[in-house]
Amino acid sequence: MSMQLEQSPTTGDEVISNYTINFGPQHPAAHGVLRMVLELDGEIIERVDPHVGLLHRGTEKLIEHKTYLQALPYFDRLDYCSPLGMEHSYVLAVEKLLNVEVPLRGQYLRVLFAELTRICNHMLNMGSHVMDVGAMTPNLWLFEIREDCLNFFERASGARMHSAWFRPGGVHQDVPQQLLADMAEWLDTRLPTLFDDAMSLVVDNRIFKQRNVDIAKVSKEDALAWGFSGPMIRAAGIPWDIRKAQPYDVYDRVEFDIPVGTNSDCYDRFMVRVEEVRQSARIMRQCLRDMPEGPVASTDRKVSPPKRAEMKQSMESLIHHFKLYTEGFHVPAGEVYVATESPKGEFGVYLVSDGSNKPYRCKIRPTAFSHLQAMDFMSKGHMLPDATAILGAIDVVFGECDR
Amino acid sequence: MSTVLHSAPRFASNDGVLAKLTKALGKKVVAAKEEHGEIVITVARGEIENALRQLRDEHEYQQLMEIAGADYPQRGERFDVVYMLLSVTKNHRIMVKVTAAEDTPVPTVTTLWPVAGWLEREVFDMYGVIFEGNADLRRILTDYGFEGHPFRKDFPLTGYVELRYSEEDKRVVYEPVKLAQDLRQFDFMSPWEGSDYVLPGDEKAATPPPPPPAPAPAPAPAAEAKAPAKKAPAKKAAAPKKATAPKAAAKPAAKKPAKPKGDKA
Repeated sequence: MSMQLEQSPTTGDEVISNYTINFGPQHPAAHGVLRMVLELDGEIIERVDPHVGLLHRGTEKLIEHKTYLQALPYFDRLDYCSPLGMEHSYVLAVEKLLNVEVPLRGQYLRVLFAELTRICNHMLNMGSHVMDVGAMTPNLWLFEIREDCLNFFERASGARMHSAWFRPGGVHQDVPQQLLADMAEWLDTRLPTLFDDAMSLVVDNRIFKQRNVDIAKVSKEDALAWGFSGPMIRAAGIPWDIRKAQPYDVYDRVEFDIPVGTNSDCYDRFMVRVEEVRQSARIMRQCLRDMPEGPVASTDRKVSPPKRAEMKQSMESLIHHFKLYTEGFHVPAGEVYVATESPKGEFGVYLVSDGSNKPYRCKIRPTAFSHLQAMDFMSKGHMLPDATAILGAIDVVFGECDR
Repeated sequence: MSTVLHSAPRFASNDGVLAKLTKALGKKVVAAKEEHGEIVITVARGEIENALRQLRDEHEYQQLMEIAGADYPQRGERFDVVYMLLSVTKNHRIMVKVTAAEDTPVPTVTTLWPVAGWLEREVFDMYGVIFEGNADLRRILTDYGFEGHPFRKDFPLTGYVELRYSEEDKRVVYEPVKLAQDLRQFDFMSPWEGSDYVLPGDEKAATPPPPPPAPAPAPAPAAEAKAPAKKAPAKKAAAPKKATAPKAAAKPAAKKPAKPKGDKA
C-alpha cells in the first residue's frame, strides 16, 4: 500500500456532502411514532422532513360508520394526554347543529374538567420537555400531579384516561360532592406546592435556559402563516386564546389572564404553559365557587337519556333510553366547524350531517399537524440536539396528529 | 337560525358579513349561505387562490386553520374542498368551498399560506383531489406504497390489504383482507320513519301479482330479466350508506339479523 498524503478537507475543491439520518420512529424524544428524515451538515440541521401517519387509524372514517354517541369515545383516543379537551370540540359541534341548550351546571362541570385536563396535559408535556433536554427529577414530580388529575377523572367518570364523560347535551353524570371538595383542597394545597417545587428546579436553571432560549424563534407573521395556535402562537406574542376571544360554555363567566411570550422561542413556549397551569387552577377555583345546583345534562329527552331510576318507573323514559342507545338521535342536516382551545392549541371539528343518525363527514383539525409542518423552518440552522427541544416545545401527540 | 341555545364558541357577529363578502368577491362566488351560524361561500374552482388572497389581504382573514375534504359520490364533481379561515383581528371564522372531481385539479394555496402544504397533501391522500402547483404532493397519512384513497365513500371500511409479521419470511407481509366474520354494520334506523332501504322480504309486497300465463316461448327470458331488476334497486339504496363495494353481494344476507327487532331486545 502506497503512502497517501492526507489533505485538509477545507482546502482544495473537495465537496463534503451532507448526510441524512433517521430520527425515530422509535425514539423516546420523538414523543410517539414520528419519523424525521434529517439532513445534516455536520451537526447543523439543513432540512427536516417529518414523516407522520404511522399512527393513522382512520378515525374519521370509523366515525362515519357510528352514531353520534358512539363516535364520542374515538375523541378520547386522539390526544390521549388531554382526552376531555378533544371531546369538548366534538360535543359542542353536535350541540351547535342540534341547537340544544346545556344546563349551567353541565357547562361549569365541562369547563372545570377541561381545565383539569389542561393541567394534566401540561404536566406531561412540561415533564417530557425538561427530560428531553436533560433533566430527570422535575418529570417525576410533575407526574405526581398528573396522577392526582387522573384520580379525579376516575372519580368523575370511572376511567382514568378515556373518560367519554362529555356528552352532547351536557356531561354523562353528576360528580359526587366530596370530589368537588377534594378538588378545591387539592388546588389550594398539593398543586401549588408540588408545581412550584418542580418549577423551581427548571425555570431559572442554567442548562435548561441554554437548551431553550433563542431556539426556534418564530416571528408573528410566520406564526400566523403557519397556522399556529395555542401556546405556540401566544409564545410568539399574539394574545390569541379561543377561550377568551370566542368563549364557549361558561368561559365568559370566569376571569383569567392569557400569558404571552416576548421572545417566541422554546423557553417562552414552556413558560406560557407554566403560567397557563396557574390560570387553569384559577378558573377551576371560580368554577367550584360559582357552580349552581341543577341538572348536568340537557332535559331534552330526544338528545340526552333519562336517569336510570326514571327508566324503571316510566314507560316513556324507557323508550327514550332504548331509542337513544340503539338508533341514537338524528342531527339536522348542515355543516359546522367548531374549534376550541385544547391544551395544545386550536382543536377543531368540521362536522357534516345529512340529517341521519350518523355523521356524514367528521373532519378533525389536529393541532400538532400544522405545528409539525413548521418543524422544517424552525429547525433550520440549529444543532441536532435542539430538534428534541423544539419537538418538546411543540407538544405533539401522535394519536391526534395522525388520527 | 332563530335563537341560539347552544354554548359553542361565540365569535363575532355574522351580521352583514355574508352580503359584504359576496359583493367583494363578485363573480368568483358560485353560492353562498349562512346556516347554523356558519358562513359558507362556494367559489369557482379556478378562482380559489384569488378569492382566498382577497379574503386574506382585504378582509383580514389571516389564518388558514384547516382544509377539509368531503366526498359526495352521487354528484358530478364529487369532492368538496373546504378551507376554514380565521380572522384574529375581527375574531371571525368563515368557510370557503370549492368542488372538484378526480381529474380536475384545484389551484394550490401554498402560495398564500405555507401551512397549506400538508393540509393539501392530506386531502390528496385521503380523497385523491389533485392540487395544481403544490410542489410536494406526496401521500402523508397512509402507509408507504399505499394504493387508493381511503376516505372516499366507495372505499370499504375494512380496506383491501392487511399486514402481519410473518415468522417464516422474518418480515412484515401484506395480504388481502380476510375477515373471520363479516363486518357488522348496525344502523338501527327505524323502519317506520322512511328508511331508504327495503327490508329483506318486503320486496315481495312491491311485486305485482304474477303475470297471467303468457305464450310459451317468451316467458323464460322475461322472468329472468325481471328478477335481477327487482333486486338491484334495493341493493343500490343500501350501497351509499354502507360503502362496501366489493362485499355488496354478501351484505344483504349479513345484515339480516341486525335489522329486525329481535336483535334489539
